[in-house]
Amino acid sequence: MAGKTLFDKLWDSHVVIKGEQGPDMLYIDRHLIHEVTSPQAFSGIEKRGVPLFRPKQTIATADHNVPTVDQHLPIKEELSRKQVQTLKANCKKHGVELYGLGNPNQGIVHVIGPELGITQPGMTIVCGDSHTSTHGAFGSIAFGIGTSEVEQVFATQCVLQTKPKSMCIEVNGELNKAVTAKDIILYLISKLSTSGGTGYFVEFAGSAFEGLSMEGRMTVCNMSIELGARGGMIAPDQTTFDYIQGRDFAPKKIEWNKKLAYWKTLVTDEEAKYDKVVSFDAADIAPMITFGTNPGMGIKIADNVPSLNGDKSFKKALEYMQISPDTSLKGKPVDYVFIGSCTNSRIEDLRAVSNIVKGRKKAANITAWIVPGSKRIEAQAIKEGLDKILIEAGFELRQPGCSACLAMNEDKVPEGKYCVSTSNRNFEGRQGPGSRTMLASPETAAATALKGFVTDASEYLN
Amino acid sequence: MEKFTKLISPIVPLPLQNVDTDQIIPARFLKSTSREGFGKNLFRDWRFTKEGKKNNDFALNKITEGEILVAGKNFGCGSSREHAAWALTDYGFKVVVSSFFADIFKGNALNNGLLPVRVSEEFLQSIFNSNSQLEVDLENQTIKILATGQQEKFEISAYKKHCLVNGLDDIDFLLSNKKEIEKFELNNV
Repeated sequence: MAGKTLFDKLWDSHVVIKGEQGPDMLYIDRHLIHEVTSPQAFSGIEKRGVPLFRPKQTIATADHNVPTVDQHLPIKEELSRKQVQTLKANCKKHGVELYGLGNPNQGIVHVIGPELGITQPGMTIVCGDSHTSTHGAFGSIAFGIGTSEVEQVFATQCVLQTKPKSMCIEVNGELNKAVTAKDIILYLISKLSTSGGTGYFVEFAGSAFEGLSMEGRMTVCNMSIELGARGGMIAPDQTTFDYIQGRDFAPKKIEWNKKLAYWKTLVTDEEAKYDKVVSFDAADIAPMITFGTNPGMGIKIADNVPSLNGDKSFKKALEYMQISPDTSLKGKPVDYVFIGSCTNSRIEDLRAVSNIVKGRKKAANITAWIVPGSKRIEAQAIKEGLDKILIEAGFELRQPGCSACLAMNEDKVPEGKYCVSTSNRNFEGRQGPGSRTMLASPETAAATALKGFVTDASEYLN
Repeated sequence: MEKFTKLISPIVPLPLQNVDTDQIIPARFLKSTSREGFGKNLFRDWRFTKEGKKNNDFALNKITEGEILVAGKNFGCGSSREHAAWALTDYGFKVVVSSFFADIFKGNALNNGLLPVRVSEEFLQSIFNSNSQLEVDLENQTIKILATGQQEKFEISAYKKHCLVNGLDDIDFLLSNKKEIEKFELNNV
């Protein structure tokens, strides 16, 4: 009997009906929703006259389109206000728990799921947002879906999905001390490209991932979608169990022991075969930054931007970024620094930034925004005194939301300005029309804010 | 959902790789709570200058009647926003041709009656070079360059083909299996 991969085990155990000539009918344990991709799905089931099948398995928050200042006031912009109000009305009508603005549990959907203990190993989790892959850090199958699929889950707690192939990305060896989880994933995307994982579900394995905290693992799995993969997962271990225990929705007492015993079985069997395996040496990874307009266009900060290669899309990207081939980005002046998003807005990220900027001031040419991922993180930061450190360093500590990661609200980087950002996408105009994004770790972003130009954080890390 | 069987149409060529859903429909236009009206902001920042004038160099402003968009490798990468598929269909596209599609976009397109046709890199280049009308035949799973007669087969799951040809959607199918879902829950949840 051949062994099974963790992905196969979880997928197969959630198939309600196997599709012989098409997709499988996959049961969904947890459905997360937000204001932007849910309204049309609510109207959809209403139009069909179908009730929300399992409202208790659905959790809502407002994050994509909320302001990050003065959240206690009504939202100024009319369309945004209407979108957030629609979510509230829909949740009330259909019996869905909503952690909306003003709720102490509100925050970015992929931050609050794990933080509240909603995300657990072995689950299937979906959300109308591509970065749902974040939850795979707990050894779950988590992936982003479109609004028609949100409607499917509303109506039946299932989605129709063709089973992706499995890929294992192994990174073993010793990581350089300055390397963060963000550098690992940016490195992998630069090696494998933004379509290298398309058609696959990835399992990240090896000592480089085992050594990461849950926050770090979430950063890695978060950007699986930037590899083109449907999702990414890391097998749960003691780090995972310790993170979950005691959280609001975590199993308690006898139930905890039962679950824990199950979670400990969630590993890829030794004899199991993946459809594809790629391996990297941890020692080759260094602090990374992107120079182009897709997340695969990344380099080690110490390296030069690649030469032109005759590819039109590559040339267009450099023209948009106004970055020259064969030059170093080190020392390049920057206008904005954004620390936030479902990739890097957790308490560990805020601590890492605070450690670097403590007792220092940001450069005069920099506007520095730091946006905690949730109300709980904001509260924790205040409890630890990080707010004072950040504000004294000249950072604007804003209120939780997706903010300048996708710039749906007012948090926009102006046209032509450069932003070193801890978010996940550097597409043209992603942070505002004409904005130029360079993706990096919170450490690199913090060091850059202090110097005013692209800076490797190593000098601040002792 | 509208039925799809066969289409003959001029193409709108977009010979760029990695066209992401933020380009197809920028986030600032996702504030609507309905599915309609996204076409006017399709490729907004490529179609219009920042002053709101038409960018005459952009393919969509040069060719106005094509119902087939032809784009480079890895079309639809990035955000899962189904608004990208809604914007393309609302604008009038019925088929998107590329040598590679991002997974979530492909699913979203199929759920909205927009047919993603994956062709080989060579065939894609032939389409760009010919700039001819295309014939897309879903029943036979073929795509033909009318000017040259070159033809290629394309893949689609039998289930999705059935849905498109008959204008059915996934929810009808799922709802018809509710008993199985309840049985699954009894044994597993």
